[in-house]
Amino acid sequence: MAFPLVFTVSNAFKPLDEIFLFPPRFFVRHPTLTNFTVMVDIFADSWVPFSRYLFNSFFIAIVGTAGHVIIASAAAYPLAKLKFPGRNVLFSVVVLSLMFSAYVTAVPNYMTISWLGMLNTYWAILLPAFGSTLGLYLMKQFMEQIPDELIEAGKIDGASEYRIFWQLVMPVVKPAWLTLIIFSLQGLWTNGSVTSHKYIYSEQLKTVDYVFGQIANGGIARTGPVAAVTFLMMLVPITVFIITQSNVIQTMTTSGMKE
Amino acid sequence: MSSRLLVEVRKNKHAYILMAPYFLIFGVFTVFPVVLSFLLSFTHFNMLQLPSWAGFSNYARLLVKDDVFLIALKNTMLFAVITGPISYMACFLFAWLINELPPKLRALLTLVLYAPTIAGNMYLIWSLLFSADSYGYINSFLMKWGFILEPIQWLQDPRYILGIMIIVQLWLSLGTSFLAFIAGLQTVNKSLYEAGAIDGIRNRWQELWFITLPSMRPQLMFGAIIQITNAFAVAEISIYLIGFPSVDYAGHTIVTHLIDYGMIRFDMGYASAIATFLFGLMLLTNLVTQRLLRKVGE
Repeated sequence: MAFPLVFTVSNAFKPLDEIFLFPPRFFVRHPTLTNFTVMVDIFADSWVPFSRYLFNSFFIAIVGTAGHVIIASAAAYPLAKLKFPGRNVLFSVVVLSLMFSAYVTAVPNYMTISWLGMLNTYWAILLPAFGSTLGLYLMKQFMEQIPDELIEAGKIDGASEYRIFWQLVMPVVKPAWLTLIIFSLQGLWTNGSVTSHKYIYSEQLKTVDYVFGQIANGGIARTGPVAAVTFLMMLVPITVFIITQSNVIQTMTTSGMKE
Repeated sequence: MSSRLLVEVRKNKHAYILMAPYFLIFGVFTVFPVVLSFLLSFTHFNMLQLPSWAGFSNYARLLVKDDVFLIALKNTMLFAVITGPISYMACFLFAWLINELPPKLRALLTLVLYAPTIAGNMYLIWSLLFSADSYGYINSFLMKWGFILEPIQWLQDPRYILGIMIIVQLWLSLGTSFLAFIAGLQTVNKSLYEAGAIDGIRNRWQELWFITLPSMRPQLMFGAIIQITNAFAVAEISIYLIGFPSVDYAGHTIVTHLIDYGMIRFDMGYASAIATFLFGLMLLTNLVTQRLLRKVGE
């Protein structure tokens, strides 16, 4: 299963003759950093400084993920634990929308973003990411597991709904939002190019993976730097993955919920 | 009646305030486009002229006249029926198996199992494996051991295409639901196991069936929906690995059919009708699955 990871890492350090070897070898024989130096040379020529692309990528990934986790969790708490008119309808709509193909909604979405004057801004990517469906559904399902007594206890102590949500509920569902961080970050980090192609025209607002795509479009002569770039692109989601996954541990026992 | 509703709403105003930001964005970027697409499915719309009313003619054409759609439907059903349940169970099984390992080791194993989803270069690897010449890994292996004399055109031969798509999808199984199950297993109340031991739970299988699975019902529901949408909305594997269009439509699915009409022929009305049909199909499967999941732990 780890084959694609190993392959990417080893490819990044292969000299050109080993990359083009067919059938390819799994492991690199004579590791070299040439691919990375060539890549740096290409970026040195770029019209917009590379640090700008990097900033855009991190900005979109971090703000988009943080916003989605907070906004979706805030909406998930009432849906899971409070009883109010319209609750079932709202939740059904969310689940149903997961089943509608994104290919047909792309055109109406483009029109909406254009009407709202958000074309060619970060908002065109951030705002839809905030309201993505997956996060709300995930958080709501996890919050359902929380015993009602915990929330009752908070109410008896006089905490407002907002405090109950933030200080009682969120710590308990830590494994859920740690997992959601991976989904959201991975999506925004690697699929940014798809959205930025559609909604963003200014070179200054484009993301790293868009630039990397441009390098790949340079064709066969760029195979070396592309291997280096693929490896570098993978580092961010993998780092986040390892950090979050090693923190997904028994929160129930640590949050004093043993009855 | 309406004044009682008003009182209820006012009493729960905090709930509505908490939900407002999400549902505002969700309404604009999800509900509105979905409703619009649904309405467009009753029109002829080429994205240049204004839509004109078509009634049910798109649906009639879809079910009666479009032979290619029937191929797509058959492929999608076969694909979904095989990959959906197997992927779903694999997600749970692996999550369960690695659940009690120490956090660091578990994180590492999770990474290994989740690798196909995170690496992003899987089509390249599979096309190397199934390369049509005698140097492709699978062909060279089979020829070396004398199973075949000539290389097989794996990705061009209609006999193999759907099978290969299914294999790749199964390899990709451990994705979203897998991570959700891992997190879910961590939130099961541990005192339930102690209580279970007193109540006469004898082995790990009984523990799994009577305690773990029922406590994880919300996550199981989540995983089921994710698997259903993944299985029925298959398109990328077909497009990037097999090619689009595929030989004899052997890798054609409902969503590639939709892409064909929506993105290439600009027949948005018809594409929307396909999307609505797919939606209905998923909804039906979902209802059946939810009913089955309610029986867990009984």
